[in-house]
Amino acid sequence: MSRRISPVIPGFGLTLGYTLVYLSLLVLIPLGAMFVHASQLTWLQFWEVVSAPRVLAALKLSFGTALAAALLNGVIGTLLAWVLVRYPFPGRKVIDAMIDLPFALPTAVAGIALTALYAPAGAVGQLAGEFGLKIAYTPLGIALALTFVTLPFVVRTLQPVLADIPREVEEAAACLGASPWQTFRHVLLPALLPAWLTGFGLAFARGIGEYGSVIFIAGNMPGKTEILPLLIMVKLDQYDYTGATSIGVMMLVVSFALLLPLNLLQRRIATP
Amino acid sequence: MSIRRFALAALAGLSLCAAAQAQTLLLNVSYDPTRELYREYNAAFNKHWQAEGHDPVTIQQSHGGSGKQARAVIDGLKADVVTLALAGDIDELYKLGKLIPEDWQSRLPQSSTPYTSTIVFLVRKGNPKGIKDWGDLVKPGVEVITPNPKTSGGARWNFLAAWAWAQKQYGSEDKARVYVEQLYKQVPVLDTGARGSTITFVNNNIGDVLLAWENEAFLALKEQGGENFEIVVPSVSILAEPPVAVVDKNVDRKGSREVATAYLNYLYSEEGQRIAARNFYRPRNEKVAAEFAKQFPSLELVTIDTEFGGWKTAQPKLFKDGGVFDQIYKVR
Repeated sequence: MSRRISPVIPGFGLTLGYTLVYLSLLVLIPLGAMFVHASQLTWLQFWEVVSAPRVLAALKLSFGTALAAALLNGVIGTLLAWVLVRYPFPGRKVIDAMIDLPFALPTAVAGIALTALYAPAGAVGQLAGEFGLKIAYTPLGIALALTFVTLPFVVRTLQPVLADIPREVEEAAACLGASPWQTFRHVLLPALLPAWLTGFGLAFARGIGEYGSVIFIAGNMPGKTEILPLLIMVKLDQYDYTGATSIGVMMLVVSFALLLPLNLLQRRIATP
Repeated sequence: MSIRRFALAALAGLSLCAAAQAQTLLLNVSYDPTRELYREYNAAFNKHWQAEGHDPVTIQQSHGGSGKQARAVIDGLKADVVTLALAGDIDELYKLGKLIPEDWQSRLPQSSTPYTSTIVFLVRKGNPKGIKDWGDLVKPGVEVITPNPKTSGGARWNFLAAWAWAQKQYGSEDKARVYVEQLYKQVPVLDTGARGSTITFVNNNIGDVLLAWENEAFLALKEQGGENFEIVVPSVSILAEPPVAVVDKNVDRKGSREVATAYLNYLYSEEGQRIAARNFYRPRNEKVAAEFAKQFPSLELVTIDTEFGGWKTAQPKLFKDGGVFDQIYKVR
């Protein structure tokens, strides 16, 4: 009876070879080339490039706004996913399809649209201005643009997981006398957390490197609203390839250092 | 059956494409605001080229920020000719790519710049802040829109124009520097390119004055909503010279040197000059310039060579990392 199920795709060797070649051409070689290019500098020169006050200011801004956006999406995205999965309502399919729009839209178009809306002369910007709040051309505007482009990550990773949790689980919890909060805290949250962390991590990582949508709303003032990817562009526009790749390498290392623990944590939660 | 027929048709289509490819193909890599100019010019050149007894030539245009375009060519984009915003960007084709000789700029008349432009002000209708000259830009409460000189060729011309005026006005470099510093303090948004700044000023309604290419300002007036703006011409500005060059290494490999050279030379013909003028670039040809005298107001124009010692001196001093522009925005 215990017949080994042969895999659909044949040949481990072939499959692994294909995977490695594909991954190398698309990911490993380009990223490796970045390190090679940056290695033209000595450690001291590299350190001077990445520790310049302007680079540090941009680093803080990029990571801070990306974190804020990912956290915000962690809350709002969860709510959206919950509503879309649990409550049937007219137009649900349409709204569900709209969640993907930030992915489909060219990010620059999104940036221009957001800027037009949130600039001091824009519809929302004007209203916010009356309360003394500036949105466009401030870090707030940057976080807003990042929230927009990273919204689908949390929603789309949570949706299938939520759909898999049968309603009976909640009912059972209620029958056993759990309050809604207890049900959420002890029944739903543990099941959702790994997917939530994945969505959060993806949104965070994407936000750090996002260029197109942010560049219009950022204002781009050095030291204040200048994001890291723009600094890379600035270096490239001066034909400073090594300087640009140095910043790129630093971003890569910092991002990896943040994503790795997140990944490990998620694995630990998923396999108790 | 139908799939097979489809495949055959596709193959036939491909071979047709290949035949079309065999025809001369010319790639002109240019910067952003020349889109309309070259669309008109390409058609005219093709007519002229065929009238001289040649086969028609397919001309492709590529547009983007001047620095990015130069980088694309250095990195291997097979441009036959480049028509960029600053000589400094074409210099890099020699320095980084060895695609052209060092003396490329002396190969065509007028330092290889067939048309010129300058920097003017675009203000809101009725000029509510009463902006007449550079000095008015640093008055309290005036917001100035200009792109970032680190990422935009046009923005570098803006910077130089402001500096040149201040140097004439106050008579010393130190004072010019103080003026320029004050000017950039009044800039609320630094866009990455000239078009971005135009959008910020025109569509998003930010700022009181836009420092713009003259041709870009005219274009904004021509566009929808142009009645809400007017152009102010300052007393002094800079003669912005966007140069052109044949990319030797590429044309020799492709065998397109003859047509590429003819393409650039025709820019200097009366017709080429007229097309430039119709697209709001100042023509070099004096006869054509006289025809369009009404369109282009006269003002004192300084050149980068006499005032700043050319791009080779100005670029590192003002715009390089740690240069004057960076010192204005020093992060503490």
